[in-house]
Amino acid sequence: MKVTVVGAGPAGLYFSLLYKKARPEADIVVYERNPFGATYGWGVVFSDRTLTSFREADYKTYIQIVDDFIIWDSIDISYRDQVLRCGGQVFSGIARKTLLSLLHERCVELGVTIEHERAVADVGGLSGDLIVAADGVRSVVRDAHADRFRPRFSSGRSRYIWFGTERTFDSFTFAFRANNDGFFQAHAYPFDGQMSTFIVECDQASWRGAGLDRGSEDESIAYCEELFAPELRGHSLRSNNSKWISFETLRNKSWHHDNVVLVGDAAHTAHFSIGSGTKLAMEDSIALVNALLVKDTMPAALSEYQLERKPRVERFQEAARQSQTYFENTRRYQHMEPLQFGFHLLSRSGRIDYDDLRLRDRHFVGAVDRWFTASVADTETTPAIAAPPTFAPLKLRTKTIPNRIAVRAERPEELGAAARSGAGLVLTGFVAVSAHARISPATPGIYTQKQGAEWQRALKTIAGTCVAITLGHSGARGATRARTDMVDVPLGPGEDWPLLASSDIAYTRRSQTPVAMDRDHMDDVTEDFVAAARLARAAGFDLLELHMGHGYLLGSFISPLTNQRTDSWGGAIKDRLRYPLEVLEAVRSEWPDELPVGVALNVSDWAPGGTTLPDAVAAAQALKEHGCDLIRVLAGQTTTAYSPRYDAYFLTHYADRLRNEAGIATLATGDITTVDHANTIVAGGRADLCLLRPL
Amino acid sequence: MPNAVPATPASLLVEWARTAEGGPFSSVGVVDRVVYECHDPLTTLAAVAEATERIGLVTMVVIGPLRNNAVLAKEAAAIDTVSGGRLTLGLAVGARAEDYTTVGISTKARGDRLTQQLLDLRLFWERDEVAAMTQGPRLLVGGSSDVSFLRMARYADGYIHGGGPPRTFVRAADTAKTAWNELARTASPQLWAQGYFALGDPDTVARGRAYMRDYYAFTGPFAERIAEGMLATPQAVAQFVRGYAEAGCDELVLFPAVAELAQIDLLAGALAEV
Ligand SMILES: Cc1cc2nc3c(=O)[nH]c(=O)nc-3n(C[C@H](O)[C@H](O)[C@H](O)COP(=O)(O)OP(=O)(O)OC[C@H]3O[C@@H](n4cnc5c(N)ncnc54)[C@H](O)[C@@H]3O)c2cc1C
Repeated sequence: MKVTVVGAGPAGLYFSLLYKKARPEADIVVYERNPFGATYGWGVVFSDRTLTSFREADYKTYIQIVDDFIIWDSIDISYRDQVLRCGGQVFSGIARKTLLSLLHERCVELGVTIEHERAVADVGGLSGDLIVAADGVRSVVRDAHADRFRPRFSSGRSRYIWFGTERTFDSFTFAFRANNDGFFQAHAYPFDGQMSTFIVECDQASWRGAGLDRGSEDESIAYCEELFAPELRGHSLRSNNSKWISFETLRNKSWHHDNVVLVGDAAHTAHFSIGSGTKLAMEDSIALVNALLVKDTMPAALSEYQLERKPRVERFQEAARQSQTYFENTRRYQHMEPLQFGFHLLSRSGRIDYDDLRLRDRHFVGAVDRWFTASVADTETTPAIAAPPTFAPLKLRTKTIPNRIAVRAERPEELGAAARSGAGLVLTGFVAVSAHARISPATPGIYTQKQGAEWQRALKTIAGTCVAITLGHSGARGATRARTDMVDVPLGPGEDWPLLASSDIAYTRRSQTPVAMDRDHMDDVTEDFVAAARLARAAGFDLLELHMGHGYLLGSFISPLTNQRTDSWGGAIKDRLRYPLEVLEAVRSEWPDELPVGVALNVSDWAPGGTTLPDAVAAAQALKEHGCDLIRVLAGQTTTAYSPRYDAYFLTHYADRLRNEAGIATLATGDITTVDHANTIVAGGRADLCLLRPL
Repeated sequence: MPNAVPATPASLLVEWARTAEGGPFSSVGVVDRVVYECHDPLTTLAAVAEATERIGLVTMVVIGPLRNNAVLAKEAAAIDTVSGGRLTLGLAVGARAEDYTTVGISTKARGDRLTQQLLDLRLFWERDEVAAMTQGPRLLVGGSSDVSFLRMARYADGYIHGGGPPRTFVRAADTAKTAWNELARTASPQLWAQGYFALGDPDTVARGRAYMRDYYAFTGPFAERIAEGMLATPQAVAQFVRGYAEAGCDELVLFPAVAELAQIDLLAGALAEV
């Protein structure tokens, strides 16, 4: 068997030595464009878990790598002139040069031929039973068959530059610094006990603000040295032909074609903030060699390899994307106190949550708990002991919600059981403000004295828990059957009633077309909301929520998909908000000042042309100015054609964005099922309350 | 039931269902495939309905978009009526392009067609002139994309998980419940799942695996993994069933990879350990 490997980076060398070891008769040639010993970059970081697979794959290089490792166990967060340390992590680092020379030596020892200064340009001229494209992110081998591999690059929004420094960090250090030009961060980590990697990153506004887009390399160095002087402790930054670039995430539709296979950076990249592309590259090599050994034919082996690696790498890329997004938006979190800022940073990728962090460093998490409790109590004295953040009360106006968990109770008779669940807040389902505002004949309402009395009776049995009522008007989604076996199926003729909405757009193909509301309709509906609020007040609800999402009447004004009005209630977001704000204002004047009002708001329609996040942020700001205290974050259902995303915490990042950009308390919804989820969300300042999904 | 195990005589299918009804089983299931040596799922269940009294009849699944909506509504209604309401109709888009080509239907927008089909079926079942029924069978949907979960939550009674170890079911069940809850559906979704087994001597197990490799050959490299996942020992069966039960599975349908009646007793024996 003849194998041609292009690229003597970690992926190419590790593959070659592993395969040669297993199949000594194989003829393996590696082509590398650089001279021997020349390499870019500084150090590489591994996490502890990597090591087992390396040990099994090749014990000799494993021992050599580990011997050269420097190991550390903490993350330092340098922010607002203090340094927080979170321990219990396991990191190890090695110089890229050392790693490559170890792998190179082992290749030579096993009989792999490595030809340096052989840049492959003519991919068609390569021969062999197998061609391994290990030529990095700019792979020429891959690009020669781009139609088969279908590579897709997506560029990060921030700019970064890769330096080295002689300051020896003893931790993985994230340093954040604000100045007049903007907001900057550094990622620094040791790699050989003498040098450290030092990556500086910032958003484009800061980058331009500081003139870094125009400056020379030396000017960049000088700027960064001064900016991070406290962390560098007088050491300088060293360049390695460093440039400001944006991170490119690479995905390939296919990882093999005929006898050509992609490994390492040629196949995929993942943002550097989550660790190790080198680790992924070497794990690819292990998987490829295993597949070649167990499968009889080349096509079977290559597809086995892709099957094994691609899903894993994609999961990793998803976590990396979350981490990357965080670092692109750190400016948004500048208002946070250090412990919250740090907790948020550590739990950014969705892979490490509150419970994980507690296992790693209970002192750190204990400090977060105590800080959180003190900040909620608004005292200077930090308590000696404190419960996890979920158990801290939340004050909205004069109401104190005893903890951060909310649960749903659709009907009056379900309120009592929900209140006994231990949740701090019980939220009713959609409660109609008039008979025509119902979704179905089964929708509970609050528009008659009798209904008001029924809610009141239910509320009388509850003490200690806050209860919120969600008032809504179904709009285009009205007059449908109860959702026992289907959703949005219209009632038959005779059972139904006329519908109102922002524009005359039917919700489904079978649905009745609603009437586009005129001024009189608006006044009537506003009055219904106000009357319902009066009954809700009399019944004894603690919090009133207006439903402005999911394609219901108020939501139909906000989304451009359902609001196609050309009058003053349609158009830009401020106009689309006009009527919903009017209702909010009217309800607010009926509802006591000392009690909170919330809004259930769609932050995305999950459909092209729908509400955008900037729209949602603007809406949240306007709602806040009009007396809204809490936003429950919703997505989808504005139309029937939408593409939902149900991954864990799927609405949390929206809640995070509204809370930290519009400065309003948020209630996170979605797939939240455990107190651990809730602690991660609340401690990280992503939301103030969490609606638990029934198990 | 082994309705898609090649060379299974039709008589064995009826016998199979009768035997199962005499055992600790709550339902018998069939699969659907056009271009493969197998008995049509709905026709098989019609025959089985006549021959049995108690046991549930399940399609896991019928490839919905291959069939005309009104005709499917009618067929399913007939089986449900003749069996006294024992049918559970599981639908999905299927995985084999071949089946579509042979039927002469494009695979394009088959997800949207399935969505529409669910609604049509429900509405047909209510209309006397189409199906002469009041309610229709229980309707379940499979599929692993987020949109399939949405489709399930909009129009079906529950979700069918395609297979795999219990932990994969846990994840799917979570998503199903989330999708359901997002739409404020009443009650909670039915959660059904499936697995394959072949119990007995090494030769029987090997024949079972060979069948699985053949049946799933269209998945390429996956076939081997699916074959490896086949439950081949009583211990594996017990562990699998326990895992699914703990994860909240409402009904687990175990398909034989070997078409021999003795498999039913062997499976019953393994279940006695659970
Ligand atoms: C800012 C930054 C920080 C990073 N930090 C870390 C870290 O801390 N830890 C970590 O593990 N990873 C880190 N990485 C990622 C890591 O560098 C790569 O993921 C890893 O090197 C991939 O290995 P590879 O063998 O696939 O590709 P490479 O290391 O890129 O090797 C490709 C090789 O192919 C050669 N080559 C290219 N084209 C040709 C050609 N036409 N002909 C012949 N030879 C060719 C190149 O010269 C090179 O030697 C970082 C990346 C970036 C951008």
